[in-house]
Amino acid sequence: MIASLMLLPVVAAILVFFIKRQSWSKRILVSTSVIHLTLVLVSWNKPSPAIFNGWFAIDKVGLLFLTIVSILFLTASIYSLGYLVRSTEPRAGKSDSAFVACLLLFLATMTMVTACQQFELLWVAIEATTLASAPLIYFHRNQHSLEATWKYLIICSVSIALALLGNFFLSISISSLPGVASVSSDSLSGHGSMVLSELLKRVPALESSQIVWLRTSFVFLFVGYGTKMGLAPLHTWLPDAHSEAPSLVSSLLSGASLNCAFLGILRAFQVCGAAHQAQFAQTILVSFGLFSLAFAAVFIVRQNDFKRLLAYSSVEHMGLLSIGVGLGGTGVFASMFHAVNHSLTKAMLFLLAGNLLHVYGSKSIQLVRGAFKVVPYTALLWFLGLFAISGLPPFGTFVSEFLLLKTAFDQGRYFVAAAILFFLAVVFVGMASAFLKIVMGPAPEQISVKHSKSAEHLFLIVPPVLLIIPTLVFGIYIPPFLKQALETVARLFGGI
Amino acid sequence: MVSVNEGLLVGLVLTNLFYLATGRLGTYVKLFIVQTLLVSFFGLVVNQGYLSTRVIILSVIGLVIKAFVFPALLTKSIRTAKLKREIQPLVGFGTSLFIGILMFGLSSWLGSRMPMPVEASSRLVVPVVFFTVFTGLFLIISRSKAITEVISYLVLENGIYLFGISFVKEAPMLAELGVLLDVTVAIFVMGIVIRHLRTEFESLDVNKLSTLKDWGV
Repeated sequence: MIASLMLLPVVAAILVFFIKRQSWSKRILVSTSVIHLTLVLVSWNKPSPAIFNGWFAIDKVGLLFLTIVSILFLTASIYSLGYLVRSTEPRAGKSDSAFVACLLLFLATMTMVTACQQFELLWVAIEATTLASAPLIYFHRNQHSLEATWKYLIICSVSIALALLGNFFLSISISSLPGVASVSSDSLSGHGSMVLSELLKRVPALESSQIVWLRTSFVFLFVGYGTKMGLAPLHTWLPDAHSEAPSLVSSLLSGASLNCAFLGILRAFQVCGAAHQAQFAQTILVSFGLFSLAFAAVFIVRQNDFKRLLAYSSVEHMGLLSIGVGLGGTGVFASMFHAVNHSLTKAMLFLLAGNLLHVYGSKSIQLVRGAFKVVPYTALLWFLGLFAISGLPPFGTFVSEFLLLKTAFDQGRYFVAAAILFFLAVVFVGMASAFLKIVMGPAPEQISVKHSKSAEHLFLIVPPVLLIIPTLVFGIYIPPFLKQALETVARLFGGI
Repeated sequence: MVSVNEGLLVGLVLTNLFYLATGRLGTYVKLFIVQTLLVSFFGLVVNQGYLSTRVIILSVIGLVIKAFVFPALLTKSIRTAKLKREIQPLVGFGTSLFIGILMFGLSSWLGSRMPMPVEASSRLVVPVVFFTVFTGLFLIISRSKAITEVISYLVLENGIYLFGISFVKEAPMLAELGVLLDVTVAIFVMGIVIRHLRTEFESLDVNKLSTLKDWGV
């Protein structure tokens, strides 16, 4: 099961790459994403057994994140049916098959991240998501996208290299002292296994000289994966990459791959928790989370580019996820729930941003006006999206952000709570003024009717609608299976 | 064999200082070859007690890729780009060297703060690893050519590899091959992007990559 989940997109990518026919590559893309989602949904009912000495196994947190990835990939691939037809920029007759192949490889690598239980392979998988998605950002083949691709590659590769050092440190920390007996008698010699379940058994008995290495390892892993997750001040690649990538790729980068990097941090956090170092890790998570919120708030308020606005909003929400886990207790539940809501909402907004960009040919908030008159469906969804992304009722984000705040208040951490509230308010003002400017007012005259018709193509409207329905439902009612899953996940990370 | 070990480590420190002091791209590539050879040889010396097939296979593959394939690629792109040296590094070479010495001091201090729970072949390993990693990071920040950034990334990678090969003796082969594969693919993708950079920007100066920023500052 796990093997087929990971191999299916790889096989599909190879097929697409060699067949090179436009019509075929789209068929393969959509059918792969449908099969992938079906397999993922089946895994909810029937847990798939671990394979390869337990290196690959889908636990609840992996399954939760994998489901997000799979849903977003399906909507993105439906969107691509409408998107790839109308390439707005001259693409020098390049076929889309390489693009579709990379998209499928991106899915394969993200699936691998969610299924990986072995720390070094997890590193390989996370770095592989960077490599598979770099060509996707360069889709438009112009100076801007090239610059964004370069920054993405260099910043993420370098920082993820530090995470590799973190992995080595982790392996040192669990290796036993020479001549000193360690916990399990069978693992006396040298280095232990880097599989999560083994680590969790081993770390509780570490001595202080080993704890130093474990802590250092967490810092390195946090910096490495935190960069990929977009936590400030390591987020500098994110606004460029997310704004220059084609919109369907931005939706995957923001909604799916940031979560994958977060999963890397969560695994390291799990190990720290087992070694009674949760407090140390939580301090780091909360401080970087708050810092990200602050950074995002400053850049959102003065933002003039609506895709960059969405990118900074991702920095903000990643900050919230980090704070939630850092607070512990109900906060972890809130954080996991928020991850689901944020991914769905942000993916929807990026897809809509693609529609706006197509009609207006600009990402500037000054130029994109009167969307209600030009692209009514897109504008309506965009308007609802403002509520969803700002955490206003009746959307799921309201519930998760409210829970997060409540946890902070309950724990008596008034400073954290006040800071979250303040920054969320600032972000809301910035987002609202930008979003309203876009949908309201008179439309610019030069917008052609033909363009606006093709921007409201069925394939370009259905995916955002599919994404907003669940967040709307979650705001009113959390289905029991999801609630149960979130609680199980929260318990893994010291939550309720 | 302690002396051989430490000789190799001192060699690594010297190559790092040399990186900081030079501006010639050709020299960077040569230094990278020397450094890779030193690291690989160090790996063999350290593991000589138990030279398993795993160690040998990994060293050979790593050596071929890093000491032959990467330098060839880098030399080719330096030649086609008609570049010779870093013309305007953000930090001058003298200052870089001075910072390098400070970084070495910091690395030694860190090494003394973090005693190895396992038996180390030499007390110098951890400081040298940190120093190599810091050198790589500093070069990335302070140099301005795209090719130099790639080489700096490889320097950083060499530092990490040195740590891995000295201590992580029982890491599964598959994981290490995965790491090697990732680095290789990364270099290839970077190489492709560099080729596009040359045609789009007619330059490999990353300081020109500044069209994307906020508020138009």
